[in-house]
Amino acid sequence: MKHGKYPLIITFLVPPLLLYGIFVLSPYLQAFQISTTDWLGYSASANFVGLDNFATLLRDEYLWNAVKNNAILLVLLPILTIALGLFFATMLNMGGRRGTAGVVGVRGSSVYRLVYFFPQVLSVVIIAYVWKEVYNPNNGLLNGALRALGLPAPTWLGDPRTAFWAVLAVMVWSNVGFYVVLFGAAMQAIPRDIYEAALLDGSSRWTTLTRITIPLLWDTVQVAWIYLAIAALDGFILVQQMTDGGPNHSSDVIGLRMYNTAFGSETKFGYASAIGVVMFFLTLSVAVLALRAARRERIEYA
Amino acid sequence: MTTVDTSVPVGTAASGTASARTGDRPPRRETGVLNVFSHGFLALWALLTTLPLLWVVVSSFKSDAEILSDPWGLPGALRFENWARAWTEARIGQYFLNSAVVVAGSLTLTMLLGAAAAYVFARFEFRGRQLLYYLFVGGMMFPVFLALVPLFFVVRNIGLFNTWTGLILVYAAYSLPFTVFFLTAFFRTLPTSIAEAALIDGCGHFRLFFRVMLPMARPGLISVGIFNFLSQWNQFILPQVLMQGDESKWVLAQGLAALAISQGYQGDFSGLFAGLTLAMLPVLAVYVAFQRQIQAGLTAGQLR
Repeated sequence: MKHGKYPLIITFLVPPLLLYGIFVLSPYLQAFQISTTDWLGYSASANFVGLDNFATLLRDEYLWNAVKNNAILLVLLPILTIALGLFFATMLNMGGRRGTAGVVGVRGSSVYRLVYFFPQVLSVVIIAYVWKEVYNPNNGLLNGALRALGLPAPTWLGDPRTAFWAVLAVMVWSNVGFYVVLFGAAMQAIPRDIYEAALLDGSSRWTTLTRITIPLLWDTVQVAWIYLAIAALDGFILVQQMTDGGPNHSSDVIGLRMYNTAFGSETKFGYASAIGVVMFFLTLSVAVLALRAARRERIEYA
Repeated sequence: MTTVDTSVPVGTAASGTASARTGDRPPRRETGVLNVFSHGFLALWALLTTLPLLWVVVSSFKSDAEILSDPWGLPGALRFENWARAWTEARIGQYFLNSAVVVAGSLTLTMLLGAAAAYVFARFEFRGRQLLYYLFVGGMMFPVFLALVPLFFVVRNIGLFNTWTGLILVYAAYSLPFTVFFLTAFFRTLPTSIAEAALIDGCGHFRLFFRVMLPMARPGLISVGIFNFLSQWNQFILPQVLMQGDESKWVLAQGLAALAISQGYQGDFSGLFAGLTLAMLPVLAVYVAFQRQIQAGLTAGQLR
């Protein structure tokens, strides 16, 4: 060996550590500290107020309204996305001819797999505007179809009763394709002889799905659940760009509350950071809970 | 490249052998009904996915009058002038270039620093390694919102507010946790024998990394590179906070947001559709060309 390993360790580790420390770690740590002040941003005066911001938070009805919406997303987004994802992945990978062992896809499954993944490569901003126009009450794609069928044409994003659900639908729409591909890849990894054995035992299609495929996919479903739960606590970009939380705060989410508190008309950085801290603990506990709830024995194919 | 393919269509290969085994037995009736049923739903979702995107592309050729009168109608002519207007007046062209510059810088930085750190974590024993590794990887768990306010001031105090350099450094910093996590796992899977042989032959540690380890890690680098490229290209919250002022330096997502807002005031629907089309088509074209690698790259991180 010409040189020791330490020159390399130091050269390789210090630049990424510096970058990470300055732009990721230090902001996160500062956020906790700022959340205990009444800092209004540009002025230098920030007084320590202890947990006052968190006490205000508890009485903030706008925030609770946003929390309620995120809670609905937290329940519905994973359920709808995973159900649709599993359904389509099953159809694509096992919808083929019965009487054949194992995973046989339907004809054209590669085309479906290509198309379903489209939303995943597009920026959320693009998705937000595409759908904002689809929902446009006068010249949108959706109401154009409804009018042609002689049905009533709602205002969708302009109506407090429908705005939130319209945004939820877009969230599901943009996520399903990814999980179809994810579940599909996991299904392909299940050994074929398991299906051959099930077929020999006369197992029906439905039994095969519920007793073999889904249990063997459980690990992947668990991962999907955590990712979708974290996505459900966010939803910021779609909501901000499609409805800006409106009308009348009906589609507000916590992230938007925080953003507007910090970068809106008043720059309440102390209070906004407190909201950020709450989001941090929410995300953390959701991830831990999801891991706990979904814990099962890991299956290894020998 | 075959090692990154997690979505190999085994179906086609399997159906060949399977049908040979079952011979000419006609499909059972249950299958026919189910196939129609499943194809129906699959086609419906394919339609739901493509129709809104297709509609935007078709609408980008329409005049505003056509858009307002009939949303389902076809354009009377291919009005590429809408595209030209979005490209120059709404400056989509310039924002495209800006995004390309920023992402080129940040992606290079991410991959270089990420691979270096991951290599050290995967291959060397030193005091504090575990702690540093978890410190790094823990960054994946935090919502970016928590950091937003202090990050704004950190970047401003360093003097990088409203600069591309600032964006490049911040993009790279926030991509590092996942990159390091993914590549550390990847470097661990590579055989150690080649590295040992090279060291015995007198190859230095640095040469070993650049000449032997990086080429061996190519499939992993490609996967995580695709993942990082898309997430950095589509980034919106970070530039919105860190690049607020100078319009000429905005990235594509910000340009689209501005276009959508000005469309709201001016009613220039065709301009908005053209801008969306221009932003959408290149990404979709690249995706269609590299479908397998991109799907594998994006799902690889989740399948662990």
